[in-house]
Amino acid sequence: MANLRDLSKRKAKFVSGHRACAGCGAAICARQIMLACPENIVVGLATGCLEVFSTLFPYTSWNCPVIHNAFENVAATMSGVERAYKALKKQGRIKKEMKFLAIAGDGGTYDIGLQSLSGMLERGHDILYICYDNEAYSNTGFQRSSATPTCAETTTEPWGKARRGKMVNRKDLTEIVAAHRIPYVAQTAVGFHTDLMTKVEKALKIRGPKFINILSPCVLGWGVKPSDTIKVGRLAVESKFWPLYEIENGVYKINHLPAKKVPLKEFFQLQQRFSHLLEPENKDLLKRWEEGIERNWQNLLKKVKCS
Amino acid sequence: MSKDLKNLIVKTGNEAIALAMKQINPDVVAAYPITPATEIMQIFSQYVADGEVTTEFIPVESEHSAMSACVGAAACGARTMTATSSQGLALMYEVLNIASGLRLPIVMAVANRALSAPINIHGDQSDTMGVRDCGWIQLYSETVQEVYDNFITAVKIAEACFLPVMVTMDGFILTHCLEPFKMEETKKIRQFLGQPKSLYSLLNQKITVGAIDFQDYYFEHKRQEAEAMKEAKGIIQRVDKDFQKNFGRRYDLFEQYQLADAEIVIIVAGSTAGIVKEVIDDLRRKDKKVGLLKIRVFRPWPYNELRKVLKEKKVIAVLDKADSYNSFSGPIGSEIRTALYNNCRAKIVNYIYGLGGRDITFDDISFVFNDLFKIIQYNKQTFEIKYLGVR
Repeated sequence: MANLRDLSKRKAKFVSGHRACAGCGAAICARQIMLACPENIVVGLATGCLEVFSTLFPYTSWNCPVIHNAFENVAATMSGVERAYKALKKQGRIKKEMKFLAIAGDGGTYDIGLQSLSGMLERGHDILYICYDNEAYSNTGFQRSSATPTCAETTTEPWGKARRGKMVNRKDLTEIVAAHRIPYVAQTAVGFHTDLMTKVEKALKIRGPKFINILSPCVLGWGVKPSDTIKVGRLAVESKFWPLYEIENGVYKINHLPAKKVPLKEFFQLQQRFSHLLEPENKDLLKRWEEGIERNWQNLLKKVKCS
Repeated sequence: MSKDLKNLIVKTGNEAIALAMKQINPDVVAAYPITPATEIMQIFSQYVADGEVTTEFIPVESEHSAMSACVGAAACGARTMTATSSQGLALMYEVLNIASGLRLPIVMAVANRALSAPINIHGDQSDTMGVRDCGWIQLYSETVQEVYDNFITAVKIAEACFLPVMVTMDGFILTHCLEPFKMEETKKIRQFLGQPKSLYSLLNQKITVGAIDFQDYYFEHKRQEAEAMKEAKGIIQRVDKDFQKNFGRRYDLFEQYQLADAEIVIIVAGSTAGIVKEVIDDLRRKDKKVGLLKIRVFRPWPYNELRKVLKEKKVIAVLDKADSYNSFSGPIGSEIRTALYNNCRAKIVNYIYGLGGRDITFDDISFVFNDLFKIIQYNKQTFEIKYLGVR
């Protein structure tokens, strides 16, 4: 991947002037993703924060062709775009080489768009699908999604006397996607721009369906300071809450080994949504969390070894 | 139907649509199986497998994705088609509005089928009537010939209006019954349609399609869509004349059968028109002044043209193969009453018939005409919906 000086000279395809919150993880994702993309690319957006804050008519932050259809169907929409390109290319009505990218949040990917995504992966479209996972429905005011972690507070699963935030596990979407046996699946996070952009560049060079899941802090929903977005993204990885890894043709590889053991508490304590979890009377929950994270990490190591 | 029997072939409505698709050779087709429309994509898939078309066929995982893929493909300037029915059309509802809102000329064949619950696979028009306000042009057909012709003209209409078009046919009655029809030469059809036209393409321009509009622009964009639908009427008539010039058949916005001097009129859309014509022929032999107005174009609604031809009529029965559940009238019934209000003194009665594929017989239509004769005789009418052929 290019160094920072070279990157700063690249023509931006996602430009400033949009309406994202200060410190928005999704906007950082979009800027870095697009810096890693080649010139001839068509982007599809699912309904969500990114689409809303970047395409407010008559303005657009996209210096490339973009289509937004609805919430749950960006994978199907881009399937149509990619096949239209194939059809026109075959007939000589278009000559240039083009790439296709779909971007959606976790609501549009883990939940309402899962069927459409699965269809796109199974049919083998030459599309890179990127999920910016902020672990809830941020656009509508931080309601729980199937990506929301256990014990986190959301506006539809708040902390109360009878319930302690989200009481079930989050869905492991990266593994669900991997089960489609596609050529490339990866996890990355805001705060690791080299890893993120290397993965986007690498994925776009591979033919067929590709998937990247990016942990993307939401300052309002997570309750973090706008200046802490990068820090909290890094801590998610260092605490093993969100490992950076990739699966290329079935082979697992961890892309970042945390140098020293960062306690989960350090990641949690920067975020309002976990404030109750850190109260002394909920020590049992925190312990369960720590055990779960360690178990997941060991499983990942096993997969790396076995694959 | 063509009088030239030599050139006729015998096919079902589904086969005729698939054939028309093969002759048109669209760029992209995305579809999902559903009775009674499944056959269209089955037959077409064989054309794809045999290399008889160059179409990119996307066998999607739902009708919602079928229409979503069509939106993506059409936004690239590709000639795009699909086919569905009933629950499939209902599942598409969200994206139907997006297709028209983005002004994409997608063409869809719809095999009319009843909506659940109770689940039923047979023909009524609840599905297409349920999406009548989605901004799609709607063409209804009586025969397999009309299905075939409407489907070909739909492409030209869609690309001239920048609006999507659905061509409907009664499930099983048209989709699965064999009828003779005239198949046109592929070369002539391709000449008639020309290359697909698009103002913008995602593959050639840095455009943002599907941007978010708020109070400051949404209304203007929707107003333009309404204007496009208004102008569609003239375009449909122009394409119709062009079709006649090339293929010798013309359908206009609606068909008038023995209508000019008729005092008593039945209005219906779809295959039932054939039965009504037979009963009219019979009654005409007994010197009854009866006629038929068969709806072809339901969206846009040709209210002005309807007023002109229905102005002097005495009694009108509107037959609806769908209910609005408003306890007042079916969808076509409501639209006819609205169009004629203050412009026609005819007494109007509304019948709902054929739900879930219940047969409509000559006796049923004779029964309706007898009702209408009585209305004239006793100068009395009812505003209540009448349900035809129900126990």
